[in-house]
Amino acid sequence: MLEGDATIWQILLNPFELFVIPFNIWMDELLSWLVENYRWFFQLLRMPVDYVLVNIERVLQSIPQLVMMVIAWLVGWQVSDRRTTLFVLISMAVIGLVGAWAEAMTTLALVITAVFFCVLTGLPLGIIISRSEKIEKLVRPVLDAMQTTPSFVYLIPVVMLFGVGNVPGIIVTITFALPPLIRLTVLGIHQVPYDVIEAAYAFGATEKQIMFKIKIPLALRTIMAGINQTLMLSLSMVVVASMIAVGGLGQMVLRGIGRLDVGQAAVGGLGIVLMAISLDRLTQAMGQAPRLRGTRHWYERGPVFMVIKWWRKKKGLTE
Amino acid sequence: MSVMKERETTCGPPPEPGIPPIECRNLWKIYGARDQEALAAMKKENLNKEQVLERFGCGVGVVDASFSVNQGEIFCIMGLSGSGKSTLVRHVNRLIDPTAGSVLIEGQDINQMSFEQLRQVRSQKIGMVFQNMALLPHKNVRQNVAFSLELRHISREERNRVAQKALETVHLAEWGESYPDELSGGMQQRVGLARALAADPGILLMDEPFSALDPLIRRQLQDQFLELSEKMNKTTLFITHDLDEAIRIGNRIAIMKDGVLVQIGTPEEIVTHPADAYVADFVAGISRLHLVYAQTVMKGPEYFEKNHPGVSLENCPESTPDADLDTLIDIMVGTDKKYISIMDCGQCVGVVTRGALLRGIQGKETSIEGV
Repeated sequence: MLEGDATIWQILLNPFELFVIPFNIWMDELLSWLVENYRWFFQLLRMPVDYVLVNIERVLQSIPQLVMMVIAWLVGWQVSDRRTTLFVLISMAVIGLVGAWAEAMTTLALVITAVFFCVLTGLPLGIIISRSEKIEKLVRPVLDAMQTTPSFVYLIPVVMLFGVGNVPGIIVTITFALPPLIRLTVLGIHQVPYDVIEAAYAFGATEKQIMFKIKIPLALRTIMAGINQTLMLSLSMVVVASMIAVGGLGQMVLRGIGRLDVGQAAVGGLGIVLMAISLDRLTQAMGQAPRLRGTRHWYERGPVFMVIKWWRKKKGLTE
Repeated sequence: MSVMKERETTCGPPPEPGIPPIECRNLWKIYGARDQEALAAMKKENLNKEQVLERFGCGVGVVDASFSVNQGEIFCIMGLSGSGKSTLVRHVNRLIDPTAGSVLIEGQDINQMSFEQLRQVRSQKIGMVFQNMALLPHKNVRQNVAFSLELRHISREERNRVAQKALETVHLAEWGESYPDELSGGMQQRVGLARALAADPGILLMDEPFSALDPLIRRQLQDQFLELSEKMNKTTLFITHDLDEAIRIGNRIAIMKDGVLVQIGTPEEIVTHPADAYVADFVAGISRLHLVYAQTVMKGPEYFEKNHPGVSLENCPESTPDADLDTLIDIMVGTDKKYISIMDCGQCVGVVTRGALLRGIQGKETSIEGV
């Protein structure tokens, strides 16, 4: 190989043929080191996630199907219009009729837990990031990496650190679904018009008051859009996460594909689609300002308003 | 300031001036990374705006502005867009930090204050009204008006009561539950005014409050504001690009051009003695009838006797030094005499001849004509 000028030139012109950084070996070693020394830390992280997930799932699974539909009807009535409510109810009926109810409830519990922890961490992170351009510059590539790294790449390390099951599934889901919430929180806060902030300063507001009385309320609609995005991404990730033994509709799809059982895969797929559309419409309606729907406050309509009216009437009668 | 006192024709001694609520001393604002260099160069070489931009890449906001606003006075700063007037007013509550110079609020330098002290001053001593209203879209009108009180953690009941009172003063008592976007522009600006008044500050900063409104509403609000400010005796710094508005509203006017305060004076001084061609150009179209007073067009009694020997002022109509040309015309039209004697505290202090009155309306110097 190393004979004559031509070969030397070839080496000089293609240096990467000779010199390769052993990145893969480093990562292997890093992971092994983490697993050996810090597994306890990751196991500790499991606990709160596990606790929330188990409880939400227990509640969802224990509610009878018809009661669940009544709850969905009330929620739909409160936050959205009649068409959306009807769509949600029909979707639930279809999911029940094709025999995917229990799996759907598991998936719902997973999604709710994932979104819960996303909001719990993403909202404060977004607020902190919005306050400093430096931090934003540092965090942005991390968010990019979280969103673009193929999920299969971190599925295995997550299993090594957290084990298999629903909880690591949620960790993976959070990794994937968190960035849009942070991004949109930052965007929403940056979009608050400066003249309103200036006015608040002129009347003697503190930094904290500016954040909580001006910026966050005015960014709320964008933040709600972020929560909606997080929810959608969670739902899609929960399916991929079925590869590390996460239950629910995704598991149905995976098992169906594995056994070439197109029927079962289709049932799971249908359930996911119906659930995605239902949750999307409901959360989008929540993000809408109540005044666009003809009332000043959210409690001036729907079942809550009925209860208030009934209560006022009762109080009026007894007085 | 001396002219201010002359206009109040009280016979007793003038009131003690005391500490002015607002005072700016040699205030400079230059934007850009090399602001200190630019400042030194401007002080030394008398550069203009374009030269500073070219040499230092800095924008000039305010150039060596000094003025003080007296208790209860309405002080107008008038200039075209880009003249730095909005920048200047934002120094008064330190929304902008100056490059050099100081701002004293009731004698205290606010640029030396901690953020906490500054906040106290902003929330209790200074109210501000903005050109674009800047109402909070997520709060209803009453909550908007009560905002400065909310920031001070005053109880809900108390601040609703105060807000309601403030809304009554701007005739919007019925609108507390509405949201800003449900109100017309004029009403929104009245909410803005109520918000500034709610904390009962001694100082009002008004940054082109009526500029975005149509002429009819603007005039109504000007009248309403004048009525209010007479009642409440607030010290007001009023920014406008409209000379008519400045003259209608201001006790004194400062004309601003390219960051420089070109002239400060009463409306009468500015109209009768413009400092330079720029100001003269501005005031050319302004009617003098309500701006020029007897004291400006009258001649002293000795001068009158010298030029009109043997003319008796008996039976001539009388007026006061603070009567404007409009009033003098009415008097002159209603008499067959050629002279009005100007009386102050029972003494004749001057005479307005028919010729002097006509010259006064014209805006020409009277002395050289020998009328």
